[in-house]
Amino acid sequence: MYKYDQYDQQMVDTRVAEFRDQVRRRIDGSLTEDQFRPLRLQNGLYLQLHAYMLRVAIPYGTLNSRQMTLLGDIADKYDRGYGHFTTRQNIQYNWVKLEETPDILADLASVEMHAIQTSGNCIRNISSDQYAGAAADEIVDPRPYAELLRQWSSFHPEFLTLPRKFKIAVIASETDRAAMKLHDIGIQMVKNDKGEIGARFFVGGGMGRTPMIGPMIRDLVPLDQLITYSEACLRVYNRYGRRDNKYKARIKILVHELGKEEYTRQVEEEFAHLLTQDIEPPLAELERIKAMFVDPPFEAGANDDLDLSDPDFRLWVERNCADHKAPGYIVATVSLKPVGGIPGDASADQIRLMAQLAKDCSFDELRVTHAQNIVFPHVKKADLYKVWQTLDEAGLGTANLDTVGDIIACPGLDYCSLANARSIPVAQKISERFGSAEKQAEIGELKLKISGCINACGHHHAGHIGILGVDKKGVENYQLLLGGSEGADTSLGQITGPGFDEDGIVAAVETAINVYLRERKNGERFLDTYRRVGMAPFKEALYD
Amino acid sequence: MTDVQFRFRDDEEAGDPAVTVDAFLDQTNATAVRIEPGDDARDLLPYLDRLQLIEVNFPAWTDGRGYSSARVLREAGYVGELRAVGDVVIDMLSHLRRCGFDAFAPEHGLNEADAHAAFQRWDNVYQATGDGRQAIWAKRHG
Repeated sequence: MYKYDQYDQQMVDTRVAEFRDQVRRRIDGSLTEDQFRPLRLQNGLYLQLHAYMLRVAIPYGTLNSRQMTLLGDIADKYDRGYGHFTTRQNIQYNWVKLEETPDILADLASVEMHAIQTSGNCIRNISSDQYAGAAADEIVDPRPYAELLRQWSSFHPEFLTLPRKFKIAVIASETDRAAMKLHDIGIQMVKNDKGEIGARFFVGGGMGRTPMIGPMIRDLVPLDQLITYSEACLRVYNRYGRRDNKYKARIKILVHELGKEEYTRQVEEEFAHLLTQDIEPPLAELERIKAMFVDPPFEAGANDDLDLSDPDFRLWVERNCADHKAPGYIVATVSLKPVGGIPGDASADQIRLMAQLAKDCSFDELRVTHAQNIVFPHVKKADLYKVWQTLDEAGLGTANLDTVGDIIACPGLDYCSLANARSIPVAQKISERFGSAEKQAEIGELKLKISGCINACGHHHAGHIGILGVDKKGVENYQLLLGGSEGADTSLGQITGPGFDEDGIVAAVETAINVYLRERKNGERFLDTYRRVGMAPFKEALYD
Repeated sequence: MTDVQFRFRDDEEAGDPAVTVDAFLDQTNATAVRIEPGDDARDLLPYLDRLQLIEVNFPAWTDGRGYSSARVLREAGYVGELRAVGDVVIDMLSHLRRCGFDAFAPEHGLNEADAHAAFQRWDNVYQATGDGRQAIWAKRHG
């Protein structure tokens, strides 16, 4: 894992001092709320419906146990005893007090954490593959490149007041577990036919009210030009991205309006110029970072067998675990989606328990996933049963990864000042309706995603089944979408037709699932059946 | 015209008032110009050696185009005064400096102590921006 040196530590400490000063100026009246707002947002502090919310950055979703423990302690000390893991691999606290936020940031800085640029019209926390460094199918560990970009983007003086927010994801395998093409910049680390590693750039993807899949604009950027190329992409956006309408201000609109070719031409021109400006860190800096992401000391010859005689354990292994690159090890995902629970929420005790388990059984590492779950990336198979038992006793043993119970949902109208409709109660009702293990086993993989407004924080466009909450003449109404996906086969869901009320949408999901169960052929997932039979049979069942 | 509140240059302030980019491009002798957010700073590149003052206007501090304008000009070799004007607030100052601004004329005067603290805030920086400061990566591998 990356470890701060004196410079990194000084940067976060300085930020704490700067933010403390901004809060002081707000409280003494030298800053109005209008002036303070963009400043607090750049530090992840939102004013929500009932209280301030603080979003803490978890760079590329990677944490150690000391950091995770502190996240639990913050939940106890400054919030109401829980935290909410987000679709950007971050954590949010929903009930913080303005005057205490500088102290929270100081606590975070003590474990090499921060809330820098977790909101605002700037480059946000950089996300990555939650299985990085453990996945059997990756070319390299993507996180060193994400860390290089993290440092470049932190307090980048030219890009702190962009037209709109800017999200970057970095992956390094063909299987895309980070929805990379739905980011402002998606980077895939690739190897060319000469065996050289480089970065493939996709620019202009995104969700929100105009979902778009980012087109590839560069097949391979050499590693010693990565920052320079990124800077060129950002400068063209900062200069020409639309600022007249916040709904058309994301880079996807610029790329779409200019056309991929013209945007690419402008980036290449800017890039050629910037190459003369010596802004690229030396490769030695990348090597320095990479040295901190070496494999943990896996035990050679660790037993690769698992005793699956306990049927509940077997179910959890089959659903929630993935292959590890080292024999005798496995990647285990902790579902934060218990039946009827709030997706992504964890109590302070649960957070600390996961920290302790990671320390004891996963080389001190955890990951947050964009599906709002927690990963133990390196569990020895011999320890897995014990890990599962401990999780299960703490209410964390739900075996539903990537099933209809593993719902992504935004905070919605229960918390968020932008929302049009509640997301959480809908997620809870669907989770209860399909809560039984038998039902979930019958249905198989089904990614269901709920957003409480068109901003799409719940990724509804990318759900096999997506739900979008809208406001229909003062009443919450829910649109149903089918056929979205975020993997290597990224696609955008299509709206089925008129929306439903809260109970109606739960029934509509059941109807859609029944059509799938009726129509599916051997081994097809919901998405496969939908892609084969199309919208018509679903529409017929839903509306006729 | 708003007074310059902070200036990091030893030469005298330019005497001529800044004209718009359109007006500047129509004249042969103007020495001061004002860039608005929508103007393309690259239009000025052929004339940099006769310019003494370029003002970059920030009608709203949250519109960040002026930062790129400043860097484009400095990267092209402009050495005259680069002045941030308009809605210039305390929390922009160190970032503006990093992008090449060396004079500041905020439309609402800033608290001197707060501004001084803001200019001094960052002992180290993560990026090379052509302002002469050594990036952290350069210090690590120096």
